[in-house]
Amino acid sequence: MNIIEQDNKVPEKSGAEILIDCLVEQGVDTVFGYPGGAVLPIYDALFQQKKIKHVLVRHEAGAAHAAEGYARSTGKPGVVLVTSGPGATNAVTGIADAFLDSIPMIVLTGQVATTLIGTDAFQEADTVGITRHCSKHNYLVKDPADLAATVREAFMIATKGRPGPVVIDIPKNVQVATARTDIKSNVPNRFHAAGEADYVAINKAVDLLANAKAPIFYTGGGIINSGPHASAALRELAELCGAPVTSTLMGLGAYPASGDAWLGMLGMHGTYEANMAMNQCDVMFCLGARFDDRVTGRLDAFSPDSYKIHIDIDRSSINKTIRVDLPIIADVGTAIRQMIDVWKGRKYKPQPLTEWWARIKGWRAVECLNYPASTDEIMPQFAIERLFAATKDKAPIITTEVGQHQMWAAQHFHFDAPNKWLTSGGLGTMGYGLPAAIGAQMGHPDALVIDIAGEASIQMNIQEMGTATQYRLPVKVFILNNEWMGMVRQWQELTYESRYSESYSDSLPDFVALAEAYGWKGIRCEKPEELDAAIAEMLAYDGPVMFDCRVSKKANCFPMIPSGAAHTEMILNSDEVSGTMDDEAKALV
Amino acid sequence: MHIKEELAERHVLTLTVDNEAGTLARIAGMFTSRGYNIDSLTVADISEDHTTSRITIVTKGPPPVIDQIIAQCERLVPVHKVTDLTEAGPHVERELALVKVQGSGDQRVEAMRLADIYRARVIDATVSSFIFEITGGPDKIDTFVTLMREVGLVEVGRTGIVGLMRGSEAS
Repeated sequence: MNIIEQDNKVPEKSGAEILIDCLVEQGVDTVFGYPGGAVLPIYDALFQQKKIKHVLVRHEAGAAHAAEGYARSTGKPGVVLVTSGPGATNAVTGIADAFLDSIPMIVLTGQVATTLIGTDAFQEADTVGITRHCSKHNYLVKDPADLAATVREAFMIATKGRPGPVVIDIPKNVQVATARTDIKSNVPNRFHAAGEADYVAINKAVDLLANAKAPIFYTGGGIINSGPHASAALRELAELCGAPVTSTLMGLGAYPASGDAWLGMLGMHGTYEANMAMNQCDVMFCLGARFDDRVTGRLDAFSPDSYKIHIDIDRSSINKTIRVDLPIIADVGTAIRQMIDVWKGRKYKPQPLTEWWARIKGWRAVECLNYPASTDEIMPQFAIERLFAATKDKAPIITTEVGQHQMWAAQHFHFDAPNKWLTSGGLGTMGYGLPAAIGAQMGHPDALVIDIAGEASIQMNIQEMGTATQYRLPVKVFILNNEWMGMVRQWQELTYESRYSESYSDSLPDFVALAEAYGWKGIRCEKPEELDAAIAEMLAYDGPVMFDCRVSKKANCFPMIPSGAAHTEMILNSDEVSGTMDDEAKALV
Repeated sequence: MHIKEELAERHVLTLTVDNEAGTLARIAGMFTSRGYNIDSLTVADISEDHTTSRITIVTKGPPPVIDQIIAQCERLVPVHKVTDLTEAGPHVERELALVKVQGSGDQRVEAMRLADIYRARVIDATVSSFIFEITGGPDKIDTFVTLMREVGLVEVGRTGIVGLMRGSEAS
């Protein structure tokens, strides 16, 4: 197709072949995708090679979430391959999800031929336009000669700095056309990420830490993204100074839940001790977190008297919602390591912090995660506790969907290592958990991977059961089935006087029969005394299992900071629920 | 409950960006998607090799929002440099407008006289109309256009603002 004269020194290759070469060069071993008209040349090139394994999903949304699960559990970028038009639009939710949760991802989308762009051609959609503001960057490649440089820059952008999804839209004729390309050629780097922190700021931060009377580490997903060395550094620093540690939903596992300094998760469904400590601390170290509205509660009441230090790799996270006193733009793992070096260099000794820990002990004594026990029905919290007890020695990777089950999992399942907890935090995408589990299992064939799900969420990408069957992935789906969109119902009880508008999960499938239809094992459990045996049966099965755990239909997720409230205004149990809220509170998400 | 408006200040931002497809859409769209205001936006290729463009954006917002706008602009891959001229110190802002007026007799004479005072040039004339070309700060152009309304204004075209720092340094 090319009109350039042959150069015998550099072989000509098609755009599709160049793309595959570049993916191999970037170390890609797995691609999650779904074929279609506008990507057939790439699929043909995939067919003719052996280095990259393709996982055929059942819906493009599943491809994107599977790539997220792969990325979050391995630390490597996830790669998605989908066709133009509906292929790309179906992947958009996963792209937006990866953008909000800072997951490194490369999304390759087919596009109609450059000669057809703009003509409303079959399966044409403006993918670059649609994904422009929910991706870290995107490209439309118009010449195969540009592909290699584009793919290389895309991987750098996706993985460096604050990670995120990058979309490369490749028209069909660009996949077919050939180009003289030496894929080793270098491209100028126009993307720069923060690295080491400024030592003046680090010195000041360490000085504040050494002299604080009530310090706290508020850690987030940035520590996970920074890599295992960042988690290790956090543990070391916490041990050196003796300060308590709390974490956002995205940061669970960075500091071990079994550690002495662990306060539990903070925020809307965080622990009483974590939120009270955040409110009462004198020096706050925000490490790779972003003061999300689910964390801060009412902004003007957020930790009113503390000196706030914020370490983040993304300058736009600084002062976005909460004004901080000492911003440090750096890779959080490197910055924590620098703090350790300064602490040791200056021979600081940990303060006893006796008074601070005594106050924390008082808050812990509230035992905010307690729930009403039951002998005749399975409490959802109890189900998570038993699942944790049965699996904690197997270092499981846990994924979730979105809703009450997700928060119960965050509260009652405990993580001692990073990259073991995969959940949709920022976008809150129902249907994330099953494909994410598939992606995680692809990255860790021997790991125990469990999707803790709700009966409503699981139906949003339930078609991916077929993917697990096809690739013999032994994922376990543990459904806390209460026959309600539980979190919606909980908010309706809190805010709308229990007018249950469309929150009942009617006409549910028989999950056991469904499992069997897909070649999975199905287990149903309705009685607390049978739960341990049923979980053991699930774990013993060498293959995918769908576990329909029938739980108490009425249980709600507490503690909770209602919308528009402060950290000190937590609802600890359902007796305190008022039934309605003013309009200001109703307007908050 | 009613929606509250926040107090906003005007800032002039200049951005040095890669001259490639989609850059303007990326920046303008980011303003829309994050709910920021654009009062005016100008863009033109400024480098010898046509690889770089300069964008001047006039925006409004409370100071923390302006700070966030700058950070969000810097986060975009094709954006290399963002300068807040309003914050950076003394700078000049200029805008060009074309102003068409229509009339006869005294009205036509008065239009011409005002144009002279404002140093607007006539770049097109018929027996019943003029097109004036005027450059200046936005206030001057606003005032001139207001005056022209009294003497037969037909239409106005404005370029939006470009700005540079005063002194010998690049902004």
